[in-house]
Amino acid sequence: MSGLHADSTRFVRDTMLAEQEPPLTERGAVKWARENLFSGPLNTFLTVVGVFALYLILKGLGPWLLHSVWFANSAAECRETVAADFGPGATGACWGVVRERWAQYFYGFYPSEAYWRVNLAFVLLFVALAPILFAGVPRKVLWFTAFYPVTALFLLWGGSIWVPVVIMAGIAFGWVAFRLLGPFAGALIAAIAAGLVPVLWWLILAAPVAHLIEGWIPLGIEAIPSAKFGGFLLSFTIGVTGIAFSLPLGIVLALGRQSDMPLVKMLSVGFIEFIRGVPLITLLFTASLLLNYFLPPGTNFDIILRVIIMVTLFSAAYIAEVIRGGLAALPRGQYEAADALGLDYWKAQQLIIMPQALKISIPGIVSSFIGLFKDTTLVIFVGLLDPLKGITDAIRGSFEWKGVYWEPFIFPGLIFFLICFGMSRYSMYLENKLKRGQR
Amino acid sequence: MSEPAVDRTIDRSHMHVSDEVAIQITGMNKWYGAFHVLRDINMTVNRGERIVICGPSGSGKSTLIRCINRLEEHQKGQIIVDGTELTSDLKNIDKVRSEVGMVFQHFNLFPHLTILENCTLAPIWVRKEPRKEAEETAMHYLEKVKIPEQAGKYPGQLSGGQQQRVAIARSLCMKPRIMLFDEPTSALDPEMIKEVLDTMIELAEEGMTMLCVTHEMGFAQAVANRVVFMDQGQIVEQNEPTEFFNNPQSDRTQLFLSQILGH
Ligand SMILES: Nc1ncnc2c1ncn2[C@@H]1O[C@H](COP(=O)(O)OP(=O)(O)OP(=O)(O)O)[C@@H](O)[C@H]1O
Ligand SMILES: [Mg+2]
Repeated sequence: MSGLHADSTRFVRDTMLAEQEPPLTERGAVKWARENLFSGPLNTFLTVVGVFALYLILKGLGPWLLHSVWFANSAAECRETVAADFGPGATGACWGVVRERWAQYFYGFYPSEAYWRVNLAFVLLFVALAPILFAGVPRKVLWFTAFYPVTALFLLWGGSIWVPVVIMAGIAFGWVAFRLLGPFAGALIAAIAAGLVPVLWWLILAAPVAHLIEGWIPLGIEAIPSAKFGGFLLSFTIGVTGIAFSLPLGIVLALGRQSDMPLVKMLSVGFIEFIRGVPLITLLFTASLLLNYFLPPGTNFDIILRVIIMVTLFSAAYIAEVIRGGLAALPRGQYEAADALGLDYWKAQQLIIMPQALKISIPGIVSSFIGLFKDTTLVIFVGLLDPLKGITDAIRGSFEWKGVYWEPFIFPGLIFFLICFGMSRYSMYLENKLKRGQR
Repeated sequence: MSEPAVDRTIDRSHMHVSDEVAIQITGMNKWYGAFHVLRDINMTVNRGERIVICGPSGSGKSTLIRCINRLEEHQKGQIIVDGTELTSDLKNIDKVRSEVGMVFQHFNLFPHLTILENCTLAPIWVRKEPRKEAEETAMHYLEKVKIPEQAGKYPGQLSGGQQQRVAIARSLCMKPRIMLFDEPTSALDPEMIKEVLDTMIELAEEGMTMLCVTHEMGFAQAVANRVVFMDQGQIVEQNEPTEFFNNPQSDRTQLFLSQILGH
């Protein structure tokens, strides 16, 4: 300042400058392209290579997609239509197979007059999920969510109505056991009893009791055996049940792994490491073949149920590890503050620790869910008809559609993509929602 | 010590030490593995006392006050809080924790809950208070620490000083009879230290029994009735503040004071 002349330091603005647009190179598409595509020699090179690759793909796929045929009832008809419309030698996608066989992709070999049951179960699934996924939904809907599993079970498999009733009775018995034992036997014993009573009931008494009541008051709908399940119906049944049960089980395992009780800790670690060390296929084979040797002869342990159990255990082990990461990220101060305020272990977990640990773990948990859902296609190896290979092979093996190659794979692939992409988007939505306001 | 963080006259009309014993520690020892952190601690705290604990880093101050609400377990000796001995009996631990509030250096607020929820959580889930009542109590204490307008925010949106005052309010909502402070101001910028100390002074003026680990000697001189100096896991010296600062007896105390007072 001191070095300047008085008249150059003194300055008063008399006209205000109008706001101007930035120069052309700093605007819109030009700026974007310059910054993102051509910011240096390497980037320019990669851009050129990328554009060329895109060109090759479009050149290959473009005509094939443009020549798509929807209305054809066999592969041969497809070929004829393409040849007639676009000249001999032209290729074209044959979506006629999807148009004709879509129901098989969705319902497998479920009897078509009972499709409504699947549809209803599917619609109700969203009603049941709504209060869990979105905060705005009235809390009362959670009651419906609680009853959804047995409702879906009844709708999908049908049979006697008394089966879902005795299943629910098991849960009620567990609750009663917890209530009766809680006051004098302590929370731990009550909790064990609450778990044991329903399991014993289901394994030993439930079936005869349901049978007995059915004898007095026969009530039910047509039973549809598991063998008829296939396609996305099968994937959803296994996937949704697996997701629903693997999260709580994963939480329990993660807590068990952190437990001070050596036995609990050892069991949890052993379980997690065992499951993670074994391919899912092995577990599925175990479920479908080996289990028969251990079960008493003549027991009819449903194959879908077995697969669900294995998939759930498998996914739970991974989720447990993801949640462990979330738990480790929490500062020790959070536990100490909860202790100092007098919250007991379970309340601290429920109110302080888990909400934060789960929030951190959302991306990992959702990845596990996506993995689980895609892994449902592996059931092909135990003889169930998954949508990707099971149904597709059945279709491609049929006389009309012999020779159709890509289309029957692209269709289920697209649906898998939509579902998994949906889950991933939901996880981002949830992360953003939970991030708001905090930190 | 830079500027005096305490620049007000203290209202001593409610500050009196009664004969009733609040905390009795006898022959208490604690080890971390083979490391002997606390050695033969004997200390009696009467109701209404304001005790400041100081000492060099690593001397065991935090460990000592964390033993009082069983965040740490002692291995030998006895700690009796309000007539309840701390043993591995969970009932006793719960009872003691319901009488003792604690404020931490790093606040340890629950980041996923609003200020109001932070304050009502324990009253609702531990003391089973109805939500409405708990919220009224919480607002009362938030007013006391002068941040009722922040009730709907999340901890991450508050300054350090405000967070620490929320932490104090959160403890007070459980209506504790004893308050423990573990370096409540040492994570704070100088301009926020004063607002937290003011809150603590008000608490002292109301006759709360307080144990504070702090290096705020202005606070010690203004409100403490006793200063305890620890070194190497032992109580080396304790005295009333004027005597303690003006006439320290042990060499260690003198050394420590000369370092901390900066001359
Ligand atoms: N969990 C622990 N395991 C092992 N050693 C520990 C543990 N916590 C503290 N220590 C050790 O015990 C001693 C006393 O720790 P403490 O935190 O009580 O000291 P302090 O007086 O509060 O120090 P500061 O002023 O730094 O907070 C230190 O030497 C510390 O390294
Ligand atoms: Mg400390």
